[in-house]
Amino acid sequence: MRRDDAPGLYLRYVGISLRGQMQYRASFWMLTFGNLFAAGVEFLGIWALFGRFGSLSGWSLAEVALFYGIVNTAFALAEGIGRGFDTFPGMVKGGDFDRLLLRPRPTALQVAGQEVQLMRVGRLLQGLVVLGWAMTALPGAWTAPKLLLLTGVIGGGAYLFIGLFVLQATLSFWTVETLEIMNTVTYGGTETGQFPLTIYRPWFRRFFTFVVPLGAMNYLPAPLLLDRDAGGIPTWVSWGSPAAGVLFLLVALRLWKIGVRHYTSTGS
Amino acid sequence: MTAAAHAYAAIVGARFRMLLQYRAAALAGFATNLFWGFIRVMIFDAFYRSSAAPQPMSREDVMGYIWLGQAMFALLPWNTDPDVRGMIRTGTVAYELVRPLDLYALWFSRGLAARLAPTLLRAVPMLVIAWLFLGLQLPPSLASGAAWVAATAGALLLSSALATLLTLSLLWTLSGEGVTRIVPPLVYMLSGMVIPLPLYPDWAQPLLDFLPFRGLVDTPFRLYLGHIPPEHVGAVLAHQLVWTAALVLLGRRLLARATRRLVVQGG
Repeated sequence: MRRDDAPGLYLRYVGISLRGQMQYRASFWMLTFGNLFAAGVEFLGIWALFGRFGSLSGWSLAEVALFYGIVNTAFALAEGIGRGFDTFPGMVKGGDFDRLLLRPRPTALQVAGQEVQLMRVGRLLQGLVVLGWAMTALPGAWTAPKLLLLTGVIGGGAYLFIGLFVLQATLSFWTVETLEIMNTVTYGGTETGQFPLTIYRPWFRRFFTFVVPLGAMNYLPAPLLLDRDAGGIPTWVSWGSPAAGVLFLLVALRLWKIGVRHYTSTGS
Repeated sequence: MTAAAHAYAAIVGARFRMLLQYRAAALAGFATNLFWGFIRVMIFDAFYRSSAAPQPMSREDVMGYIWLGQAMFALLPWNTDPDVRGMIRTGTVAYELVRPLDLYALWFSRGLAARLAPTLLRAVPMLVIAWLFLGLQLPPSLASGAAWVAATAGALLLSSALATLLTLSLLWTLSGEGVTRIVPPLVYMLSGMVIPLPLYPDWAQPLLDFLPFRGLVDTPFRLYLGHIPPEHVGAVLAHQLVWTAALVLLGRRLLARATRRLVVQGG
């Protein structure tokens, strides 16, 4: 199997998908605006709560806004890139996955390239706007190493969410009935990650640190990003946090391969 | 007249049976819902622990508000009717136009059934679990409970009127995707689903009082909690029903205009 042309092939998939979507220009703008607005509403709620309560367990609005910006930007990137995995259960049900198996290219790559959703631009914009506001509102200066870590954390977060999408698709090799449960870690993960994980109960924080490493784009790099007291988090953990998402995706892809081997077509 | 009423009742009944078919999906949805409630409870808990300042709602009331929200969220007008959407796209909506029924009443009953069935399906188990395990209190008095039931019926009518308006917008936009993305977040924010309405700034309260959305979530829930005394149920119902009447009138107007200039999609 030739793998060297994989990035080029993926870009071609992306190009085709985008050109298709831009055929419906008015619909695209409405969807973008709608997504921007939908995500903005939630931040308005957080802003109102800070107006009433002043602070959240020692965290300021600007600090929470940074977490909010990170998790939403990362999720929007992942949704744009890996959403093909979301429509995947339909491919299994319809037996369409067979066609992908016949092609001499990695299956995960083909599924990812199925559908690149441009309309997610709305959430991305909104994440970036809140992120930008948080960066200016925070007192600390944004030095080069901090910016590097921030970029890495967002990238690592995107890898984590893509990994979750891959896992969700992998589950559909066994069942297509109860997939909504995965929404608890994908959409539920973004909801959770909008706040510092330290405000939650310990078991909940541990789950989102060690099982689904959401903490790696949240409170683990926070001491460096926000110039806060480390609170027992070793510096190497803060610096290394972007790696958690990459590792998670690698594990997810491993499971995906097992799932593909397990696949039996519906034959329809 | 009674024949027509039977026809609308049959539409509600058919919708009910259809939705009750998907039990596994309902279970997965229920678990997701529960999880969501836990996240929200922990977030508000943390906020209440952060400040000793007096708040417009007590911590206990907010917890109750959250679980009621998890139980009742299917009641909200968050979607256009998928069947009507399909009919408009394929052109079979023409059959709807020739039925010997009032089209607005037909679509309104569809919308009503589409709220009522999933709400019952999710609300009953969620309320039972919340009462047993999650610390949701029963209403402080029988009067509060009765006021909540009455206001929930009002919310159902109000929500159906709003949902019918959303569906009617399909007659202009066909895809309806833009509307179904912009309206639901607005409804969540202004009805009390994002945060309980009393926690918004004081200057925003008169506006929230005026708008119809408070009647979907906030006022029924606060009647349940006793946060609004049961004596005020009349004002709550009046607010809901006046808005429902206004929205129905607007919907009928729009429908009359749309059917005059309707172009049925061929196919």
